[in-house]
Amino acid sequence: MAATELWRCATAHTRRVLALLRSHRVAPAAQVLAVLGTALAATEAPAATLPEDQAEAMVHIYDADGLRATGPAVLVRKKLGSNVSLQGSYYVDQVSSASIDVVTTASPFKETRKEYTVGADYLVRDSILSVSTTHSSEPDYVARTVNVDVSQDMFGGMTTVALGYSRGSDNVGRKDVGFFDQARHWRYRLGVTQILSPTWLMTLNGEVVSDDGYLANPYRSARVGGAFVPENDPRTRSSRAVRVGTTATLAPGSAVHGGYRYFWDNWAIRAHTLEGGYSRYFGDKFLADWTVRLHSQGKALFYSDNALVDTVYLSRNRQLSTFKNLGLGAKLTYSAGKVGEYDVKLSAAYELLHFKYSDFTDIRTGNAYALNAHILQLFASATF
Amino acid sequence: MSIRLNLPAGMLLASALLLGGCSSLHSLEPWVKPYERERLADPIMLSSRNPLSAKHFEHVYEVREGARGANGVQGGGCGCN
Repeated sequence: MAATELWRCATAHTRRVLALLRSHRVAPAAQVLAVLGTALAATEAPAATLPEDQAEAMVHIYDADGLRATGPAVLVRKKLGSNVSLQGSYYVDQVSSASIDVVTTASPFKETRKEYTVGADYLVRDSILSVSTTHSSEPDYVARTVNVDVSQDMFGGMTTVALGYSRGSDNVGRKDVGFFDQARHWRYRLGVTQILSPTWLMTLNGEVVSDDGYLANPYRSARVGGAFVPENDPRTRSSRAVRVGTTATLAPGSAVHGGYRYFWDNWAIRAHTLEGGYSRYFGDKFLADWTVRLHSQGKALFYSDNALVDTVYLSRNRQLSTFKNLGLGAKLTYSAGKVGEYDVKLSAAYELLHFKYSDFTDIRTGNAYALNAHILQLFASATF
Repeated sequence: MSIRLNLPAGMLLASALLLGGCSSLHSLEPWVKPYERERLADPIMLSSRNPLSAKHFEHVYEVREGARGANGVQGGGCGCN
C-alpha cells in the first residue's frame, strides 16, 4: 500500500517537473538532471553514518592445480572528527605458478604483487563522498587507480543511491624481450539499495567498464594448427553488467541472500552469475555463513582453443573461453568480545571453486580441462 | 512567452531545484519506520561484512572469469594473468 502511494507520488512529481521544464523548452539532458536533482533533494532523511573505526588483518590462500597465491592483507579505518573517516590498506599476493598455461608453454615462476590503498570518506548530512587511490605493482605490471564514489540516503533512509567512477592507468611489459605498453580503464557504477519491509531489502547495481590499450598478456600463447603463437587481443573493450540482489531475514538471527548478474561486452562474452547464501547465529558467540555461486559464460569472438588459421586477433586465454564454475563456501565468525577498547572477531572462510571448460584442451591429456580451486581466508577484525 | 534554455542553464535550474527540493516528496512518510529497522541493521543482513575478504573474493573471480563489475566492490587493477 505504502509502496503504491510512493510510486504514485513520485510519478506525479516527475510529471509536474517535466511539464514545467518542457514549458520552458529545457534541453532533454537538463530535464534528466533536473528530475534527478529534485529526487535527490526530496526528503529530509536522517543523516547517513560513516563506517565504524575498524582494523582488519587477513591471511589469504588461493590454491589451484599448480598455482598458489598467498599473502597477508591489513586494513585500518579511523574517524577524524564526526565527518571524516580515513582508511588505508595493504595487500600482498605471493604467486608461485606452475599452472597449465605455464607448464605447457613457459617456465614456472614466482613473483609478488603489492597493493596499497588510501582513501577518505566525507559525511555531509545524508550524503557520503568517498575518494581513494590504489597502487598495485608486480614485475612487468604497475596499476594505478583513482576512485570517486557518492552515496545519498533518500526517502527517510528507505533508499540509498550510490554513484561511482574509477580511472585506472597501467604500465604493462615484458622486460626480457624489451616490450612495454600501457592500458587505461574507466569504470562507471550505479547502485540502489531499497528497504522493502522491516525484514527485506533489495539492491540493484549496474557498471560500465571501458578499456583501452594493451589488454593481452605478453607471456601467453595462442595455438594455430597445434603451433603456439603470441596471443593478440583487441586494444579496446567495453562491457556492461547489471545485478539484482536481495536479502531477507526469515527469523530473528538468520538471513538469506540471493543475487543474479548478467554481463555482456563487445568481445561477445555473455555471462550469467547466480549467488545464494544463508547466514545464522549460533548463540551469542558464533555466526556461520554458507554460500553457493554459479557462473556460466560464452567465449569471446577471437578465442580459439586451436585455430585453423592465424587471424589478427587470437587468444587462448581460458578466462575468455566457454566455461562454467561452481563455488561452495562456508565461513565461521567467532566474537571474542572486548579486548581492551576493541571488539574483536575472528573468522575463517573457505570456498571450493570448480571450473569446467568446454573448449580448452589440456594438451597433456587431450581432454577438456577442469580444475578445483581452494580459497582460504583467516582473519581478525577489531572495531573500536 | 517562451524561454529557451541551453544545457548550462538547464543545469543551473536543476541545481536550483536540487537546493529547493520538492514539497510533494517532502510529505512522503517512510513505510518502514526507523524503529522498525532493527533486524535490517543487523550485520547478518550484509552479504559481506569484511572489506578485505570481499576484495579478495572479487579479485579471485575477476581475474579468472570474463565478466566483471556490478558487485559493489571497487577493483584495484593488476596484471593478474
